Amino acid sequence: MNAPRSTSALLYLSGVTVSFDGFKALNNLSLLVEPGEMRAIIGPNGAGKTTMMDVITGKTRPDSGEVVFDGTADLTKLDEADIATLGIGRKFQKPTVFENHTVRDNLLLALAGLRRWYRLLLAQPTKAEHDRLEHILDIVRLGPQQHMLAARLSHGQKQWLEIGMLLAQNPKLLLVDEPVAGMTDVETETTAQVLREVNKSHSVVVVEHDMSFVRALDVKVTVLHEGSMLAEGSLDQVSADPRVIEVYLGR
Amino acid sequence: MMTRFLWTGMGRNLRLFVLLVLTVGIAVPLLNVLMPQGSPLYVPSYVLQLMGKYLCYASLALAVDLVWGFCGILSLGHAAFFGLGGYCMGMYLMRQIGTRGVYGNPVLPDFMVFLNYKELPWFWYGFDQFWFAAAMVVLVPSLLALALGWFAFRSRVTGVYLSIITQAMTFALLLAFFRNDMGFGGNNGLTDFKDILGYSVQADATRAVLCFASALALALFLVISGAVVGSRFGKALTAVRDAESRMRFLGYRVEGFKLFVFVLSAAMAGIAGALYVPQVGIINPSEFAPGNSIEAVLWVAVGGRGTLVGPVIGAFLVNFAKTWLTGALPEVWLFALGALFIVVTLLLPKGIVGLWAQIKSRNLARKAVSA
Ligand SMILES: Nc1ncnc2c1ncn2[C@@H]1O[C@H](COP(=O)(O)OP(=O)(O)O)[C@@H](O)[C@H]1O
Ligand SMILES: [Mg+2]
Repeated sequence: MNAPRSTSALLYLSGVTVSFDGFKALNNLSLLVEPGEMRAIIGPNGAGKTTMMDVITGKTRPDSGEVVFDGTADLTKLDEADIATLGIGRKFQKPTVFENHTVRDNLLLALAGLRRWYRLLLAQPTKAEHDRLEHILDIVRLGPQQHMLAARLSHGQKQWLEIGMLLAQNPKLLLVDEPVAGMTDVETETTAQVLREVNKSHSVVVVEHDMSFVRALDVKVTVLHEGSMLAEGSLDQVSADPRVIEVYLGR
Repeated sequence: MMTRFLWTGMGRNLRLFVLLVLTVGIAVPLLNVLMPQGSPLYVPSYVLQLMGKYLCYASLALAVDLVWGFCGILSLGHAAFFGLGGYCMGMYLMRQIGTRGVYGNPVLPDFMVFLNYKELPWFWYGFDQFWFAAAMVVLVPSLLALALGWFAFRSRVTGVYLSIITQAMTFALLLAFFRNDMGFGGNNGLTDFKDILGYSVQADATRAVLCFASALALALFLVISGAVVGSRFGKALTAVRDAESRMRFLGYRVEGFKLFVFVLSAAMAGIAGALYVPQVGIINPSEFAPGNSIEAVLWVAVGGRGTLVGPVIGAFLVNFAKTWLTGALPEVWLFALGALFIVVTLLLPKGIVGLWAQIKSRNLARKAVSA
């Protein structure tokens, strides 16, 4: 319980509990993510994966437990905007891009830097911003669609745009919730490549159901069940764990 | 830097439209003042007066659209800002009457003498000066919007709850201004104005200048709104409208964006109200009636929400229909208004401007096919 508050881990969750009307969506959950790491979180529906992301991003306040980012920042005391500014970016389960804006404007809005209304009134585009946008458009493979309204993108493209928007924020940590839900096999494969590329310069936590996708990521896996951590290790290790087989894989 | 800010925001269509507004705003007054009565080009005084009124309504509609169309704040209380601006101007006009009132009191307006006021209430001080009244026309609505917005946006009141709060605000003002002891003339409001800046408010020449001033104000508001909406701020603003919580997760403090447009919009509505009052010759509490704010929203919906030209077109069309119908078939107007609301909501979600854009793109597509 009395783990050190100052930690070398990028993200540190300890004893986190969240209940909704008595039902514990998270139950004494602990988790460590190292700088530069990509971590996959798997677990059956209702395991608390999204709730965990809500806690990390300040959307939901835990009833108890510690959530520390980057060694010192206590995330349970900060609001969404503060946490985003600290360097945590989140991709939602349902893609929420700005449909009435072009792909490029979506990325521009996400681009790290200007946030205050009075600065944006007179802001002019800079060369540095242009280069950064081009780079991101390359990574998420949306260069040809950059002037299209986001509403007209395919489902898969919207997910990549969201990942691009996360990148544009240049966060230390990216939280990605079910990126390949509803994607074709080819799109799923591409998404794994995109995330691996993203991981070259950023730490990532990705929640996903799709086993072939998790296998393609080829990273350490945490299994969540009923709001607690059930197992942790490589995908092969956790798939061999009898408790995991019982609650999840074996069904 | 300022000119670039104002210029880059304007697309070609908006520039043309601003020119159109200015042309009308110059031509109509000139044709009234310069043409002899018999001439086919003569614009009758009542048309001049109507034009001036419609231009003020158009500014109010633009103000509503700035918060509703571009930021998703459905204000059902914008007539309150319009009315407050109007009262500030009305107070100046009252104090210009001087000894020419029925009671001939050099300081106290007639209604105060009638109600046995011994001295001028403190909040009437300064209103004998035009510059002071003009400053209040902007400040009073802005500060009310700032206070209301600050509390509402910070506590994340949105959607229908926010609409109800704005409606409650205008209703509260309606009740307050009805009271005689508020010191604003109660039920009867402020009227019997004599002159503005030394010129008779009844004279055609004064009316002509007021009409032109209303057009100028509308043109200025179009340019300012165009710049705001066309800037990077504007992109963020529409993003707040479409997905507010997404913007929060991107690290934007959306309250600042909302507050800025809400205050800007209130100031615009206040100025529109101030220009309106000398042209109609009266301001009374009925300006705060909840229905007025709702009507302004309807103008925007008819013209095209989220466009800058739409609210102006909507304000002119609906008010023209209103003027005509209330003259020809007075009992029909309310039903027509209701029907219009239903038709627009069901059939024209993007208003007339949206319909026009749709037809244009369809024609383009047809041309592309036949080519
Ligand atoms: N706001 C909420 N109110 C009540 N119950 C909730 C709320 N959010 C999540 N839950 C419940 O908490 C549990 C965990 O949900 P969630 O974190 O979305 O699971 P997962 O993302 O792993 O599928 C579910 O049983 C869900 O119904
Ligand atoms: Mg989920």
